[in-house]
This record gives sequence, structure tokens and C-alpha cells, in this order.
Amino acid sequence: MSTIEERLTPSENLSLVVPVAGAARRSRNSLTAFIRRLLLSDYFVLYLVLIFFAVASVFFPSLSAPGNISNQISNVWPLLAVAVGQTFVLILGGIDLSVGSTMAITSVVGALLITTTLDAPTFDKSPLWGTFIGPQGGLLSGHPNAVLIGVAVMLALGTLIGLLNGFAIARFRMAPFMVTLVSMIFFSALALWMTASRNVSGLPPEFVLLGKGDIISVYLGPKTAATIPRREILPLITYPFVIAVGLAIVAQFILSRTVFGRQMFAIGTNRRTAKVSGIANDRVVILVYAFSGFCAAVSAILYSARLEIGRPSLGDGLLMDIIGAAVIGGTSLMGGKGSIRGTFFGVVFFTLLLNILNAMRLSPFVIDAVKGVVILIAALLDITRTRLSNREVRA
Amino acid sequence: MTPVLRTHKLSKAFYGIAAVKEVDFTVGAGEVVGLIGQNGAGKSTLMNLIGGVVQPDSGKMAYQGQPYAPRSPADATRSRIAFIHQELNLFTNLSIAENIFIEGFPTIGRGPFRLIDRAAVRRHTREVLETVGLDLSPDMPVDRLSPGERQLVEIAKALYLDASLIIFDEPTTSLTTRETEKLFEIMRRLRDQGKALVYISHILTDVLAISDQIAVMRDGQLVTQAPTSTFDVNRMISLMVGRSIESLYPKRTTAPSATPLLELRGISAKGIVENIHLEVHQGEVVGLFGLMGSGRTELARMLFGLDAFERGEIVINGQVLHRTSPRSSIRHRIAFVTENRREEGLLMNINIADNIALVALPTFASPLTQIIHQADLLAAAHHLAGQLQLKSGNIAAQAAKALSGGNQQKVVILKWLLSQPSVFIMDEPTRGIDVGAKYEIYSIIDQLAASGSGILFISSELEELMGMCDRIVVMSRGEVVASFPRAQFDAESILRAAFREMNGQNSQNSHPHPTHTPVGHFSAALKGEHES
Repeated sequence: MSTIEERLTPSENLSLVVPVAGAARRSRNSLTAFIRRLLLSDYFVLYLVLIFFAVASVFFPSLSAPGNISNQISNVWPLLAVAVGQTFVLILGGIDLSVGSTMAITSVVGALLITTTLDAPTFDKSPLWGTFIGPQGGLLSGHPNAVLIGVAVMLALGTLIGLLNGFAIARFRMAPFMVTLVSMIFFSALALWMTASRNVSGLPPEFVLLGKGDIISVYLGPKTAATIPRREILPLITYPFVIAVGLAIVAQFILSRTVFGRQMFAIGTNRRTAKVSGIANDRVVILVYAFSGFCAAVSAILYSARLEIGRPSLGDGLLMDIIGAAVIGGTSLMGGKGSIRGTFFGVVFFTLLLNILNAMRLSPFVIDAVKGVVILIAALLDITRTRLSNREVRA
Repeated sequence: MTPVLRTHKLSKAFYGIAAVKEVDFTVGAGEVVGLIGQNGAGKSTLMNLIGGVVQPDSGKMAYQGQPYAPRSPADATRSRIAFIHQELNLFTNLSIAENIFIEGFPTIGRGPFRLIDRAAVRRHTREVLETVGLDLSPDMPVDRLSPGERQLVEIAKALYLDASLIIFDEPTTSLTTRETEKLFEIMRRLRDQGKALVYISHILTDVLAISDQIAVMRDGQLVTQAPTSTFDVNRMISLMVGRSIESLYPKRTTAPSATPLLELRGISAKGIVENIHLEVHQGEVVGLFGLMGSGRTELARMLFGLDAFERGEIVINGQVLHRTSPRSSIRHRIAFVTENRREEGLLMNINIADNIALVALPTFASPLTQIIHQADLLAAAHHLAGQLQLKSGNIAAQAAKALSGGNQQKVVILKWLLSQPSVFIMDEPTRGIDVGAKYEIYSIIDQLAASGSGILFISSELEELMGMCDRIVVMSRGEVVASFPRAQFDAESILRAAFREMNGQNSQNSHPHPTHTPVGHFSAALKGEHES
């Protein structure tokens, strides 16, 4: 910041007549300097969301209740998992519209495999009835390793869908928007068709644990009774926390410390330079889309386990939150720019924003409109930040 | 007589670095002042100050005897100062007439019902087009004009605005010799009408031919401004560079050995190249010369594996290859400095260190985990950057786009050096960089050859190939037509080989220009060929 001070001092000397005016200007300078520093900080989005939340809590005290906070923290993890994959794709200069459908299809397939009971009247309309599923549940119903196999199948399926997307984009030179739009429509329809548009319940408890199981919890109430009711124990460190944060840390590591990460940024910045420099563009593209599919599957596991159902409409309306979170976190839609940390802040931002808007008891339509405006403001702020930082670099 | 424009101790700094320092620059009526200097010498900033694009930190300007302090380009236009830029500011989708009148159409009627007076527009356009010698319909869309005609339209626009000071910024880079001649003719006529003209160019012989006075800038300062008769090319260069360059090219330190590094045997691709045989030996600099369309760049791309060839084979260090890819070429230690560094050489938004690391990245990572040893990588990049005297800020923070053209080219070379190649393909490595930086690139080429690398040096500037190469291979229409060892270098025979079969239809572009040396003239003709 010293450069700003240096730059401003000469003009002060020139125009300074009354000392009081100078003092006023100096304090204004330090204020602008502070705002600049804030705007340029990597943690800008986090500051923004915390301030936002603190202010909102004054008007809606229910927001800062421990129960709500614990609940919001739990809401972050599944969204984070899928946003991590999207961030990779965006850094590459692509886009993955199919993540929502990938989540839906993996959720449904996994649930249909491991469910232990299905209602005949609701599911006999499913084309799979009688072959893969029946009143006794799915194929893996009663199998000792049902959950393990089910989860593996879900992850494999998500990765496979991503591989297909990546293959079409890299080998056939198709536009990512087109390819993933087609998979979005196709897999969403497939999920609805397989389940006859019903939620699949009856998931085994070991699976549900993946979405809800807590490792460290807190109890903030008074120690009066010998037993504490379960709903008063607030989960803090949960399985989803460990899974999503683990995924995010690995992803950040790949991005910043490995050859693969560096090559992703290179391709996202300039495909032709990357090719001349001997980078296997196609391979990187395919792997990145596969990773996005994998992340969508992880997210589907966390959501399905938490909701205790396989849901054919799981990813509906989530796409805006996913891409929005990444963009608010500083990832560029033009490629070549982005970080997992930023995406994490973006996800926190979106989760809390939704929470605040819900606390205001706004209608879902108004909530969507506000979300749109917030993304717009975030995009404007990002442009301002880029301009400021460009000026800093040149200075 | 008061000069049309005079600057007095004009200074402008960007973030503490002086771009223009106490410049006293004068242009008189009926006078052409040639302004020369290396890239970054401050020419553009000085012109931006005059044009109101940026405002001076200190100093004054006087225009036609009055104090002149433009706050915006519109102020400059209003004062009747016009700029003819290298990259033209014309709307290619609009007609000639619409371009000329874009800043204000003559209208009929009043208030909100005003209509463009199309008849008046056409009439005025025809008039100004006539003064620049363009016989074209005012309704002709600009995208159907040649670069030279566009330049003239731009001048016509300046004339319509009745500019009394016209500044030409590198106007001839995209013109043929003939169009350049025409431009000079018009400039002389404007001068005789009493206009003040500033002519900025890197082509020094042109500056000598057209200017009455020459002003030289270096490091933001005006080194000298004096009548043209006191200058010759050598003096101009030494003033621009600030030291006397004995020759424009460093002396080659070593002779090539007989060990072949790279051999092309009968490389063919239908309609592009035909039966190419070529050898590059250890320590040898082989020039590959040819007109645009002769297949030299295409050949380089096939050799490196960016495009496919149909027949023939490539022998690298004794290994015979029938197809290549960038990855296999890099494995065989071939480096390719492409002709367009922005599009294919650099990651402009990414920092210098990551740019340098790009090719050799895998060699700086653990084989199993692919984790990069950042410290080793930075140290190696720093070391090489120092050897090539890269002028930059912190290489881990500064983006490649913040560097000058010459330093950007060094980053491209560094990127390849880090992977320790034995063969360098360099396609137009000195394009768009200034005299001093060119010399440095030549020195690097010499050092590479001295350390045992083989270099395939592709260029359309014959002078630099003659200055640097051990051998020049000439291509024409996809075939190798001649090869000249250094002892037999002769500009005319090399050019004759390059022009093979083309003599008839192009002879009119090759009329000797009185002020050019034979080589300079022919190169200019070649450039004209490429662009037209």
C-alpha cells in the first residue's frame, strides 16, 4: 500500500492550502486504502458473507441460534463437493451443465441398488420392476457389503458420465456447453424414467450414516437431565465434513502443486500455447470432466444419505448455485483463473444467503430473483477487483 | 515563424517510471519530422500526450502559438490534430463515406427529424478521395479495401477534418512498396500545402527518404532533433541504441561440425510441401528463407508435429520417425519458437516463472506423485533468466503480458531452454521487437550454436539470415529450390531463387527504390508481397 501513499503525497502538497483540509483528506485516503485492501484480499468473499450474516442476525435472531448454525454448516458440504469439480472445469475454460443430472442419476441408481424395501403400488410402473428391483428392494438388498458396493458403483457411474462428456469434447471438438447440455437432459430423463418419477426410500442405515454421522458434536444446553435428547446435540464434525473437506484439500493440492494442475491453468489460458508446449490437451480435458462427474457423485452420495432417499430430481435448480459459488469465489468463466478456497467461500456465501432469505420468509420466486441479483453484483465486484489488482501489479 | 506544435519540457511518468522526460519537440508548418526510437523509447507516450490520451505531469505544449492542453482525444481532434495509426481505426463493416463522416454527418431538417444528407456525404467523400488519389465509390464497404487503400481513407478522413497537424504512426508496415510510394507522394503534397507532418517508423531508409527533420528518442528523452541531411542509417541506429553498433549482428563464435542432428528426407504433404530434404548439423545455424506461402512455416509445423505430413521421414539423432507430435518432438529434444508468440508461445496472463516452466514441468516433478519441486524450478528459471538478461520484475508474480516484445520472446526461448533441446526451430524470432532486443536474440542464437545446438532459423528478413546463418536454404512454392553456403551469400541470387517462377507477375512490385540499398529494397518488396 506504500505505493498509494507515495502517489498521493505530491498532489496533496500541490493543492494543500489549509492544514485542516489536508487532515480530512488523509483520513479519507486511509479509508480508501482500507477499502482497497479489503477488496483485494483473498478472503474478501468470506468477510462479505460474515458481515452480511452478522447484520442479518440482528434482524432475524433465529439465524444465530446454535441449531441453525450447525444446520447451515451441514448444508455446505454436499454443495462444496460438486462445486469443486465445477471449479476444475471452469479453470479449463469449459463448463459442465450436466452435474445436476449426474447427481440425480447416481443418486437413483445407488438407491435402487441398495434399498431394502420398495412399495409395489408406486414402483411397479418402473421399467426395472421385476428384473432389477422388486418388493424385496434392489439387487444388493441384504448383501453384507451392499453399501460399499453401492457407493463404489455411484462413484464409478459419475466418473463414467464425466469421461463421456470429456471424450466428446476433446476428441470430437464439440462445444462443452452443447455436450453437457445433452447429458443434462438425457440423464435427468433417465433418472425419472427408472424410478417412474418417485423418490427411492428404504436405504440401509450404514449408508445414511455417510450423510449424517457425526464425529464430534457439541451440546450447549444446561446439564440437568441424565440423558440429553438427540436433537439438542449439535453435530460439528461430521462424515460429510470430512469427505467434502478431504476432497477440497486434495483438489487444491492438485491445482497448486502438481504438473496436472499447472497444465490445467495453461490450457484454460491458451490452448494453442499449451499444445505447442507439449501438453496432452485431450487427456487433461477428459480427466477434468471425469473428475467433475466424480465430484457430482460424491455430492449425490452426501445428499442422498442426508435425505435418506434416492431422488430423481436431486440436482434440479442446483446448477445456478454451483456455478454461482465458483464465480463468486473468483473463478473466471473465461478459464485460466480460479481456486478451491474461493469456491469454498462462494459455497458458504450461497448457503448463508439462502438461509437469510428463508429467514425473511420470502417466497421461493423472490429468493431466486435475489440470488440472480447477488450473482450480478458479485460479477461486478470481481471486475472491480481485477482492475484494482491490475493497477497494483503495474505500480 | 511560429511552429505548429511545440512542447516545452514535457514529462510524463507512469508509476514513478519516466516515459517521457523533459521533451522539447517542434514541428513547423510545411515540414515532415521523422520520429524514431526503439520500442519503449517514449514515442507512443509523446504522441498520446499530444493526442490528449494522457495528460502530462509537467511541462507545456503550444499549438499554433496558443497554449494547448488537451484533456481528451476529442480535444485534439477539435484542434485539428489527426492521427493515422498503424492499426487503422476504421469500421470495416461501414462504407468509405460513413467512415469519413462518422464524427458528424451533414444533415437536412431540424431537431429530432434530422436526416443524413446522403447526397452531400457522397459529394464531399468524392472530393476528399480525389485529393488522396483514390478512385473508389463512396459506398464501397471498407472491408473490401486493401490495407493501403484503407490507409488512404484514413488520410482522407484527416483531410476532411482539415487537420493542420497529421501524425503518422508506423503507416507503412502493411503497405506494398508501391502503396508506400503513393503515401509518400501524398505526404509531400500535404507538406507543400503547409501542413505539419510527424512520421514515426522503424524503417529507417523510409524516414530518411521522407523527412525534412529527424528527431530521435531514447529512454524517454529527445536525444536530438536536426535536419535530415545530417543523418545516415548508422548514425540513426547508434543514436537510438545509445551506443555504436559496429554491425547489427554479433560475430559468430564457432563453426558448425559435421555431425547431423536433424535430417528431413523427402517430406511431402499434398499442396503444401513437396519432397523436402534438409539437414541441420551440430553447432549450425541454417536459415530457411522464402516468401509467404512458400511453405517454410508449414514445414516447421510438420517437423515439430503440429501438422501432419504424408510422405517422407525425419531423422533425429539417428532415430527415424515417420510421424511426429509436439510431445514426441520435445522428447527428442526439439524446440519450436513459433512465429506468433502471443497466440502460440506464451500464456499472457500467467506469470513469467510458470511460462518458463511450461515445457520442462514434468522433469521438475516427482515421477510418481507428479508434485512439482517449486523451489528447484524457480531456481532454474531464475538462473536461466539471468543468463539471457531478462528484464522483468519478480518472475513469480509478473504476468508475461507486462513484458516488452523482446523480453517476451526471451521468455519463449527460456521456456524451451529449460528442457535442454538440441535442435531449435525459430520462426521469425525477431519479428516485432526493436533493434537492441534483436541484437540480444542474435547473440542468444550464436551462444546456442556455440554450445552445440542446431538451429533452423526461419525469417523473411534476408539481412538477418545473411548476418547470422552458416547456410541459407531457399524455399519457393513448397519446394527447396536452392541452398547457399555462407561464402556464397548474395542477396540478389538468394532473392532470385525465392522469386522463382514468380518473376513475371510480380516484377512491377520490385522496381528499385532510389533510397534503398538493394537488400533493403528487396526486403521491403517481400514484405509487400506477404501482406498483399
